[in-house]
Amino acid sequence: MSECAASASNVNANEKMASLLKEAENLKAKLEEERQKLNDVSLSTIAERLEQIAFVNIKPRKVLKGHQAKVLCTDWSPDKRHIISSSQDGRLIIWDAFTTNKEHAVTMPTTWIMACAYAPSGNYVACGGLDNKVTVYPITSDEEMAAKKRTVGTHTSYMSCCIYPNSDQQILTGSGDSTCALWDVESGQLLQSFHGHSGDVMAIDLAPNETGNTFVSGSCDRMAFIWDMRSGHVVQSFEGHQSDVNSVKFHPCGDAIATGSDDSSCRLFDMRADREVAVFAKESIIFGVNSVDFSVSGRLLFAGYNDYTVNLWDTLKSERVCLLYGHENKVSCVQVSPDGTALSTGSWDYTIRVWA
Amino acid sequence: MKQSAVENKLEWELQQHSACCCRNDNNNATATADAAAATVASAAATIAEPGQQLVDSANANSSEVIAAAVTTATATATNTNTTSNSNTSNSASASNSASSSSSASSNSNNCTATVAAATPPPSSKTVSIRDATAPSGSGTSTTKSSGLLSVGSNHHHHHHHSSPSQSQSQSQSQPQSQSQSAQSQPPAAPSVPQQPPHHQRGSKNEDAPNILVYKKMEAIIEKMQAESGGVAVRTVKAFMSKVPSVFTGADLVAWILKNFDVEDVTEALHFAHLLSSHGYIFPIDDHALTVKNDGTFYRFQTPYFWPSNCWEPENTDYAVYLCKRTMQNKTRLELADYEAENLAKLQKMFSRKWEFIFMQAESQSKVAKKRDKLERKVLDSQERAFWDVHRPMPGCVNTTEIDIKKAYRRGGSSHGTGSAGASVAKNPVEQLTRIIALRKQKLERRTIKVSKAAEALVAYYDQYNEFDYFLTSPELPNPWQTDSTEMWDTEKNSKDVPVRRVKRWAFSLRELLNDPIGRDQFTKFLEKEYSGENLKFWESVQEMKALPQSEIKEAIQKIWQEFLAPDAPCPVNVDSKSVELAREAVNSPNGPNRWCFDVAASHVYHLMKSDSYSRYLRSEMYKDYVNCSRKKVKSIPNLFGVKR
Repeated sequence: MSECAASASNVNANEKMASLLKEAENLKAKLEEERQKLNDVSLSTIAERLEQIAFVNIKPRKVLKGHQAKVLCTDWSPDKRHIISSSQDGRLIIWDAFTTNKEHAVTMPTTWIMACAYAPSGNYVACGGLDNKVTVYPITSDEEMAAKKRTVGTHTSYMSCCIYPNSDQQILTGSGDSTCALWDVESGQLLQSFHGHSGDVMAIDLAPNETGNTFVSGSCDRMAFIWDMRSGHVVQSFEGHQSDVNSVKFHPCGDAIATGSDDSSCRLFDMRADREVAVFAKESIIFGVNSVDFSVSGRLLFAGYNDYTVNLWDTLKSERVCLLYGHENKVSCVQVSPDGTALSTGSWDYTIRVWA
Repeated sequence: MKQSAVENKLEWELQQHSACCCRNDNNNATATADAAAATVASAAATIAEPGQQLVDSANANSSEVIAAAVTTATATATNTNTTSNSNTSNSASASNSASSSSSASSNSNNCTATVAAATPPPSSKTVSIRDATAPSGSGTSTTKSSGLLSVGSNHHHHHHHSSPSQSQSQSQSQPQSQSQSAQSQPPAAPSVPQQPPHHQRGSKNEDAPNILVYKKMEAIIEKMQAESGGVAVRTVKAFMSKVPSVFTGADLVAWILKNFDVEDVTEALHFAHLLSSHGYIFPIDDHALTVKNDGTFYRFQTPYFWPSNCWEPENTDYAVYLCKRTMQNKTRLELADYEAENLAKLQKMFSRKWEFIFMQAESQSKVAKKRDKLERKVLDSQERAFWDVHRPMPGCVNTTEIDIKKAYRRGGSSHGTGSAGASVAKNPVEQLTRIIALRKQKLERRTIKVSKAAEALVAYYDQYNEFDYFLTSPELPNPWQTDSTEMWDTEKNSKDVPVRRVKRWAFSLRELLNDPIGRDQFTKFLEKEYSGENLKFWESVQEMKALPQSEIKEAIQKIWQEFLAPDAPCPVNVDSKSVELAREAVNSPNGPNRWCFDVAASHVYHLMKSDSYSRYLRSEMYKDYVNCSRKKVKSIPNLFGVKR
């Protein structure tokens, strides 16, 4: 009897799956048809009127050496010259990048600190990784930093990324448990959780708009989601990548996002057109992208690859402008400084470099 | 236990450590182990089905086994995963070697393997025999009797069954050290058709980032090796000898330049370097896997050794390999300094079973000696290159390391497995339902034409171009380029606001409010216009949103009282609907949240944007400010002679 019931429910489940699959495919086709109607002129065609970027004056300016293992994440201080970095060696280092001096070093009880972030005031840093936690340190003396650390939130898998959304009092995190979460720093209370991804969340970025209520996440489910922090709901979704989305970044205008993926492409999705408007890829680029960031005007996209290079893409013409060589292992993170004067890159070669 | 490649760096120390522990713990066991080794040499080889191993031995022995089982819990877990996989790969490899092998003994070994895989192993007696076979591998009985070919065939079934033998041998005598010997068969020279090791993670990882890259590289290598249009491989005659199957770095770089969309020689060389450091091509006599654009000779790696086969060779494999090298008195095979150091370390680490390792090395070396001279040259170099990838020379990148996030996700890390993401993925119905909902949401969305969006992006660039330091030289020297902090110092000085900065205020209200001086100016302007309450309200809401949770409630009440309540002293001009929404939110039974004034605030923002802001931009106040900063800019001398 029970076997019968089980097989019957199996058949039902299979039928249900099949019909769901069909519905999903139909919707996809319909969606493509609808979007195609509005796909009148491509971005690169519109950008033809712009002059080619002939030359970008960018050279390695500083090399920050001190980590004893892979650099996994860096963040610029709001003061435009300090950098915090986290590494596989379990250390957090605060650098004066301008003088290349180490100002603080904190050892975490975990290795693989995958993410770190400066608070908007520049007085706190948040970090975490394989410990599944996000921990906040005040920036004071080294001893005090370690003594005054506080665990704010805990995920059920590694914490891959964190940012302060416009306030020292909240932290937004993304995790291998496929969720994002907004935490109250003081109480450690979970203010909002964001369920929707079906794979590890690899990166998040805050929308640069006046309210600061939306953010974007990229995941190993190959999707990028735009979230409303207030409701905890996905308000927009973008698919197209063929593999894990490792990095997401808002265009400075706030109406588009760039993504970097293990499928060795970067893509530009426009939120107003609700679709992909550019793909940045080349046959000779076969390694995955770990991190992307825009220049101030949004014209340049810096992308750090597993092939040890940083590629500069002209986002409007969809052309590669140049390559930055220098790192001797995978480039794990790239970030343009707050005033747009420099680019920082962190790598598995244990170093952080500043380019300008 | 197979260590994840991610942990390669730690692995060495860890194993060293554990090896030490084992020696201490198992001093007494040594004799037993040696005895077992002796049995091994004469025992018939049988391989059993992985999943059953621990159960079997648990039945056979008792307390000893349980203790071992605990220490090898992780190993067993992996074994179970493998089970289904190795069943199929087993039969494949068995038939493969059966057809190619001329040795009866190796034939029968493989057949037994297949059978054993299909049926649970029967008795504890078999177990002990199997156990004995495992660590010694092809090094002893089989190889000795069957000669050259059995190295190959043994080798691959050894790899399939490394995990089972591991848990077994551990349960018998020495948990840790035996586990290291489990895979002790090094990748033998690939003279015979062999199966790649079919690592248990192989099938699971087809879409893993590193596999994606390997596949792409292999497609390129295939092109390079094509009869026509490939890189020309030749045998070069040198003084007194021949150098078989080589090509030059210059040829390789030229080929890449011709066949790929690389920009220049630098990029082509970098590309070649990556192919090399990942082990697909290698310099014929250099441990550093890199490519020079000259007459240096390179060789293709045999597919058997490709990293896509998910090798994660053990230190014992490495020990056998190094040991073997010392037996061949050829100068080209002499150990490099770092290899000699590694060998010394390994010898210390595996001191108790060095005999095993030595025997294996010896037999492999004997086999190698029977080969054709040129073939041997090639094989030796390929094997060396394999180890140069997996145990790179100091200062070289270990390209087999993978991102721990990815390893973790795919359950391959020793740190743990499984994320909630995986559990979601396990429920395809839920996942599909979610995708359907998202697509429906997308269909309902009103969108603009791509051309419109594109125009907006281009317009944004037009506007911000002059502020993009990577594209336009700033008026003050970039601190990073000149080591002068003048730019930052000027910024801090609120008296000298550069005209560029003031210009930005006109781009958008957001720009104006983002600049503290701009915000200050705008506040003054609104006060003059007697409409300061709008900005005050908006600012209060933003500030409230940034407060810690504990202070939210109070702040909300304060904002309500000040700006929105019927008798508010500082009322804002908000439509009644927004006020109503705010009232509901403020009085909500769950308590108000930090977003309760969002609708009202955004209403006010748009009001400011469309009304006050545009009037501000047209005002004398703004124009004066622009002119004022313009004058000041002119007065700043160009101290550094930097082009602006």
